[in-house]
Amino acid sequence: MKSRNNWRYLFAGIGFFLAIVWILPFYLMLSNSFKTKAEIFLNALGLPHRFTAENYPTAMQQLDFFRSFLNSIIITVCSITIIIIFSSMAAYALVRTKRKVSSVIFMIFIAAMLIPFQTVMIPLISVFGAAEMLNRVGLMFMYLGFGSSLSIFLYHGSIKSISVSLDEAARIDGCNRWQTFWYVIFPILKPMTVTVMILNAVWIWNDYLLPSLVINSPGKETIPLKMFFFFGEYTKQWHLALAGLTLSIIPIILVYFFAQRQIIKGMTQGSVK
Amino acid sequence: MKRKNSWFYFFIAPIFIALVMVIIVPLILGIYYSFTNWNGIQSTKMVGFANYVAIFHDKGFIDSLWFTVKFSIVSIVLTNLIGLSLALIVTQKFKGNHFLRTVFFMPNLIGGLILGFIWQFIFIKAFSSVGDLIGMASLKDWLATPDTGFWGLVILMSWQYSGYIMVIYIAYLEGMDRELLEAAEIDGANIWQRFRHIIVPLIAPAFTVNLFLTLSNSFKMYDQNLSLTAGGPYNSTQMVAMNIFNTAFGQNQMALGQAKAVVFFVVIAAVSLTQVYYSKKREVEL
Repeated sequence: MKSRNNWRYLFAGIGFFLAIVWILPFYLMLSNSFKTKAEIFLNALGLPHRFTAENYPTAMQQLDFFRSFLNSIIITVCSITIIIIFSSMAAYALVRTKRKVSSVIFMIFIAAMLIPFQTVMIPLISVFGAAEMLNRVGLMFMYLGFGSSLSIFLYHGSIKSISVSLDEAARIDGCNRWQTFWYVIFPILKPMTVTVMILNAVWIWNDYLLPSLVINSPGKETIPLKMFFFFGEYTKQWHLALAGLTLSIIPIILVYFFAQRQIIKGMTQGSVK
Repeated sequence: MKRKNSWFYFFIAPIFIALVMVIIVPLILGIYYSFTNWNGIQSTKMVGFANYVAIFHDKGFIDSLWFTVKFSIVSIVLTNLIGLSLALIVTQKFKGNHFLRTVFFMPNLIGGLILGFIWQFIFIKAFSSVGDLIGMASLKDWLATPDTGFWGLVILMSWQYSGYIMVIYIAYLEGMDRELLEAAEIDGANIWQRFRHIIVPLIAPAFTVNLFLTLSNSFKMYDQNLSLTAGGPYNSTQMVAMNIFNTAFGQNQMALGQAKAVVFFVVIAAVSLTQVYYSKKREVEL
């Protein structure tokens, strides 16, 4: 019994040491964002000798922070809303019809997961460019397509476990398919909806490559696109860049702080299933 | 009967159209374009396998493919080793183990682009400060040589994904039958024997999932590559995804870039399916 406790202390000690190592990058980012340009050059590791918050207003201005934050919110919220609506509906239809065509369509959705983005990227941009759809609406539509496979797969799994007798009861009470799904089935899917929401939100919020190809008009950029402002030039303004990076991370950390259990659970579920 | 079908198509149509427009049509067009002299706007003639032949004479692509393979092997092994160790640590009963999970998982919520920029600062500024402090000149100019650039990417990848891999191992570790472990302990199995002969076989499915995830994440990596090294110095740390992007949008060689993208797809599909097949087979044997 005693040796078991020793092991436990050893594990805990290693664990806390590693946690410090894991946090170090964030510490370096945060502490240097409160230093002047000159001080970063002399003292990159310690806490600031002379604490200055001046970098933040400048970084905010250069990032056009509130507008790019709003742009990121609009694109993320709209995209996950249409993904949830249409993938849950499609999954419901695919589970509740035992026809050949439903299993074929389901297989197509699953097989599409294997296709890397780069393989479709070039024609995608040229097709949407020709249709003059390289804008925010086009971007949301692309997210619907790219998010469809995993979301349908997850909903498919949980709808299968809902008894058909529930549908039948609703139909006898006079509901049509639309009403049956939205009033009876969709509310039961709430835990899966949270998972689908988290998985897609993390990915879309942080996505860089697709919006960089689709969004070309100034003022419409999301946060990741704006981040290049600090890294495009040859002489880096590290004090401003680090303040900008900190600003872009704060919203994520806040959400994580309040919903960490759901987030970790959701992201685990998404990959284990 | 007709009415019965109409709801089915109505429910499926919107998202299926999106899938067709966004993935299936570009995939088919892309395969077709890779056999033509497409320039992004029009293709005037079929060129057969000329683009594919050109790929194998493209040193930049071969180098990036080789770099990606090396990077993937090293980071798959490291990420899984660290992820499993973290999982074994935080599933012990001690105060603060949930806090540790939160910390290790945190990098996964932040985009690869942002993380790459943070680490760029660390490798360039913090590493050289540490180098000055302890008098190790080799810590200076990380990211400025191909080797240190390689390890920079590996460190970033392991730091970011270990926490993700950890939570998946945790899910399987906590689903384990504790009685088996206790029985083994009573029978006198030491901590290594319990790990090797009880835990490892029981969490075999977790290896399948995690190998698949780390494989696809490392092979397709782009954002971190772009923000940490941007492929430099002299494209020596350029991975396949970045090589495809630069061929198409940097050098405007759309047909060649598309042929590379098709090769990329075939390689990823082949490697992933082989991995899942063999891991599933091993699950039974372990």
